[in-house]
Amino acid sequence: MIAATGLRSAPPPSPAATVAVIDLKAVTKVYAGRDGGSVRALGPVDLRIEPGSFVSVVGPSGCGKSTLLRLVAGLEMPDQGTMQRYGSPLDGPSHEVSIVFQEHVLFPWITVLENVLLPADVLSLPKAASRERAMRLLEMTGLKDFADLRPQMLSGGMKQRAAFCRAMLSDPRLLLLDEPFGALDALTREELSLELSRLWQDLGRTALLITHDIEEAILLGDRILIMSDRPGTIRAEIAVDLPRPRNADTVKLPRFQEIKNQVRDIIFNRAQA
Amino acid sequence: MAASSSSKFVNRAATPLIYLALFAVWELLAHLLKVPTWILPAPSAIFEAAVKWAPELAHNTWVTLRETVVGFLLAIVLSLPLAILISLNPLARRLLYPILLGLQSVPKVAIAPLVILWFGLSEWPKIIVVVLVCFFPILVNMVAGLEAVPKTMLDLMRSLGASPHKVFRRLRVPVALPHFFTGCKVAVTFAVIGAVISEFVAAQDGLGYLILISTAQSQTPLAFAAIALLTVLSIALFRGIELIERRLVDWTP
Repeated sequence: MIAATGLRSAPPPSPAATVAVIDLKAVTKVYAGRDGGSVRALGPVDLRIEPGSFVSVVGPSGCGKSTLLRLVAGLEMPDQGTMQRYGSPLDGPSHEVSIVFQEHVLFPWITVLENVLLPADVLSLPKAASRERAMRLLEMTGLKDFADLRPQMLSGGMKQRAAFCRAMLSDPRLLLLDEPFGALDALTREELSLELSRLWQDLGRTALLITHDIEEAILLGDRILIMSDRPGTIRAEIAVDLPRPRNADTVKLPRFQEIKNQVRDIIFNRAQA
Repeated sequence: MAASSSSKFVNRAATPLIYLALFAVWELLAHLLKVPTWILPAPSAIFEAAVKWAPELAHNTWVTLRETVVGFLLAIVLSLPLAILISLNPLARRLLYPILLGLQSVPKVAIAPLVILWFGLSEWPKIIVVVLVCFFPILVNMVAGLEAVPKTMLDLMRSLGASPHKVFRRLRVPVALPHFFTGCKVAVTFAVIGAVISEFVAAQDGLGYLILISTAQSQTPLAFAAIALLTVLSIALFRGIELIERRLVDWTP
């Protein structure tokens, strides 16, 4: 399967490369308030993401979890604390990090294929190889026949699949998922979550998922970080010891329900971590 | 099925039919009420005059069309770089916008005689009035378009590490394009008015000049024919831009 797709990146990290993908220490983010004051949106937060792991962050709306993702992406800078990516200071976006946003953010003036190829255009990657890779990604996600259509012809789920293909085109080492299924209906959402779980395992990447959907966080994650209300801090961490590959039946496992209840209790303040 | 196709036919035919009906009523009333031709000619009299004066009308239409199109294109050439400058540079915006707004607020009819005084009796003063009239709608819409980029799209481009140049070409320009055409469509109808105004003030040809001369000589049917041609010209230019727009902007539903 993996060999067939041929999209897996470099082999698993060698012992020398056990440095964390992302390492945030005591990071805070403050926004200017309406009345001239300032509002602390986030932190202090510590976050370490190991190579090859899938980290889910859950929290209530407005807890600063999107801010956390934007910091990790290098789209915003913290007010305090240090951020490192692969052991180097994180001071801006990197082509090794891709984002899948809540909205698909596909450009309506170009085709699905051209949208998937956007990173190649921006990063001036070799054209033929990028095109081949884009077609393979579209094939994996069932979009091959839609490559030459405009994105507005696609359904919500298909658009998000295309956005995922675009994010994978540059062969990123870290995939950031900002409520990627938030705009979809419940059924499409579960279907896509499982599909993403499978793709993630096949492609062997590191991922950070931001979501307010507890089941989604458990279904996808190796670890779940639970955030508090604003200013968001990480209140608890739960390891998800469910077997992989995960599928539609994973949700029915007693252990799944146990973890789900545990997370709910922490979010709704019925237990301390 | 039959109902829907017949309603389609009614929809298609509605506009020509109402025009035909209006002309028929006009024709009828002109004859019944015996309105003197030099006050309000019947459509048939206007058509007659149009045929009789066809070479003069063709020549003067060509003159007005040329002034309008050259002025309009010049306005695009001038406003696009300024729009880009204003959208990218806050200082340029603060310096240029008040000047341009002030210029826009001056009634063009009032400047037309001055422009002719400064630039003489060639075709240029007329073209300059057209430029002045067209410039602002194109600029304002283009600036709005360049700034209408959704934040999420900018985030995407930033996360890819796109250079400002790439962001401009791949994102800002496509987003601005529909706004640009909106500006052009507003401007081109103004452009015809601008050309006619300057021809009113001082000219030896053009449809505006023809209207002025023919009304002065009580050749009212000819004046009406010139007005009809101006209307057709204006609509044709508008439709022309719409056609180009539909070719280039094929993504808005």
